[in-house]
Amino acid sequence: MIDGTEELLTGWGNTAPSRAMVRTPRNAAEVVEVLEGTTGPLIARGLGRSYGDASQCAGGTVLSNRALWHLSPIDPSTGLVTAGAGVSIDELLAVALPAGFFVPVTPGTRQVTVGGAIAADIHGKNHHVDGSFMRHVTSMTMVTPTGVVTVTPDADPALFWATAGGMGLTGIVTEATIRLLAIESSYVTVDTERFDDLDTIMAAMQSGDAGYRYSVAWVDCMTKGPRMGRGVLTRGDHTPRAALSEKQARSPLAIPAGPKLAVPFTPPSGLLNRLSISAFNELWYRKAPAKRDGEIQSVGTFFHPLDGVAWWNRLHGTKGFLQYQFAVSDDHGDVVRQAIEILSSAAVPSFLAVLKRFGPGDPGPLSFPIEGWTLALDIPVGPPQLPSLLDTLDVLVAEAGGRLYLAKDSRVSAELLRVMYPGLGALADVRRRIDPDGVLASDLSRRLELS
Amino acid sequence: MRNAFGHPQSVLVLGGTSDIALAVVRRLIDARTSTVVLAGRDDAALARSADELRAHGAAKVETLVFDAVDPSSAGSVIDQAFELAGGPLDLVLVALGLLGDQAANDDDAVATARMFTVNLTWPAAALAALRPTLLAQGTGHVAVFSSVAGVRVRRANFTYGSTKAGLDAFTQGYADSVRAEGIKVQIIRPGFVRTKMTEGLPEAPFTTDVDAAADTIVKGLGGTSTVIWSPPVLQAVFVVLRHLPSMIWRRMPA
Repeated sequence: MIDGTEELLTGWGNTAPSRAMVRTPRNAAEVVEVLEGTTGPLIARGLGRSYGDASQCAGGTVLSNRALWHLSPIDPSTGLVTAGAGVSIDELLAVALPAGFFVPVTPGTRQVTVGGAIAADIHGKNHHVDGSFMRHVTSMTMVTPTGVVTVTPDADPALFWATAGGMGLTGIVTEATIRLLAIESSYVTVDTERFDDLDTIMAAMQSGDAGYRYSVAWVDCMTKGPRMGRGVLTRGDHTPRAALSEKQARSPLAIPAGPKLAVPFTPPSGLLNRLSISAFNELWYRKAPAKRDGEIQSVGTFFHPLDGVAWWNRLHGTKGFLQYQFAVSDDHGDVVRQAIEILSSAAVPSFLAVLKRFGPGDPGPLSFPIEGWTLALDIPVGPPQLPSLLDTLDVLVAEAGGRLYLAKDSRVSAELLRVMYPGLGALADVRRRIDPDGVLASDLSRRLELS
Repeated sequence: MRNAFGHPQSVLVLGGTSDIALAVVRRLIDARTSTVVLAGRDDAALARSADELRAHGAAKVETLVFDAVDPSSAGSVIDQAFELAGGPLDLVLVALGLLGDQAANDDDAVATARMFTVNLTWPAAALAALRPTLLAQGTGHVAVFSSVAGVRVRRANFTYGSTKAGLDAFTQGYADSVRAEGIKVQIIRPGFVRTKMTEGLPEAPFTTDVDAAADTIVKGLGGTSTVIWSPPVLQAVFVVLRHLPSMIWRRMPA
């Protein structure tokens, strides 16, 4: 058995720590060895960017995928690349961009691994056009408690789609083949527009997003009254080589810069409060142009604004924070308004919320996107009314046929999760087949009674 | 598993008929608790409490009978509790204890020894038995009922007060011993609460009812302070009371 270390782990939100034996296998054979050496519980972990307890396993084994690191050459004609599960999107981009390719789906941070991207079936600002991550995965190698398998959408569709967003509960992905997107430059041509209230921003997205590959709106949840939900909409697409300035054209496929700043320690909770967050939101809204078309931005600026400051999650203090992200269909777009109303009228400090359009979802029983809207809000733990407030929001979302994103969740109830994800039976079927002894489990799966 | 707010899924109560502990558990059931193990001395009273918690919405409530006069039973009680829970226990409330009658205890060696066994020796033994289990499960939260009576012991109830002072001190060290391992241990110091334990006794200043005490405690369990005072104002009051000259303190009314 490969060596391990006992570690106290949390998710990105720094809540509910638990201790596990962390083992870091270097190849599929070593993953098999780790699995065979335990009766569980065991779960895989990448860069720990899920906000809650998805990659924690109290009293069990956490299998770090970071040493499953290998990268095939990119096939220049098809854009196919085979990457170890521990390769991060940052690392993949560093190789793909100079070759003229882009990762087809990237979240707000580059600091997620391929394994994590599959486990959460992550989405980006282009879901309405390109779908989520798994739509671009053509094949995966997985180690399950019943053996090593190569999984494709055709070879074992039930396992393939149960793994899409399956939070690691169907096995350990060791590598995946991904179809990259051919691009002419690593710049994005961006149109920015500022809106005074939520209705106009939502109307603009509904009517105009189809004309852009990428679209995201940042919404202010701290302003009450008629300007509630004011926000800034940024939309764009990859810049063609011909449109670059002379300076940009000298290095058209530049890779994004690393973080320039870091938060060195965790301050006490309360630094981010209603006052400081309101002030930040105000500044941020005022610095955006009322309308500006055709600005050329770097990949980092447009896609990964959060990567500019390392360990920014620490700013939320020792009590930690959570992100509340839900999806609802177009018919229930009013839930977006209700959620912002509830949060802006309660004394809950919430940073800018991210509003996006989703295209059709994947067939995975735990894959999050459904066609319509998704709203994500960061909220520090602390306000005493927060737990019940979010419980109220859960009911609104569930009654609207919507759902929460498990990569962000740290507190939904097991009962409501079943309402939000009616296809959970398919996940249980797959798990009975590939994990009959129930070895694969995380703190999240035990909290939500998925294992 | 505990969620981001520290709300537990499974709870063990040692002293499972305590009015305050049960009021706390009802609030936790309202949040995320589905499994409860009630351990205590009185079989019939435990069964009634269990029924009440089931009616309140707990999916699974188990009971376990033990008598705290025998500290050698502590280890097996903890083992049985985890077996009954059928998985990890997210929160353990240590809520057993005897108030005793000070006038009767004053000259009674057997009664005094019994107070110390039930209130201090047995709970300390149970906490020791619990420690490796919590470390093995990799997560956990323990809250021990101390009392303001132990902060500065009074003539009127010094036997009870000193048992709680001992348990309070033990728990402080215990908390430090597991803190780095991710196990959260808290001390609850209630003032006078109107319960069946205090029925008929003269009320002290800052007396609360069970619901108010439970609200304060549940809020404290979700927080980061090691000591939960109920009501919270007692923390400030005892800063003063702790420093009163003895000649005044010993004249404090019963």
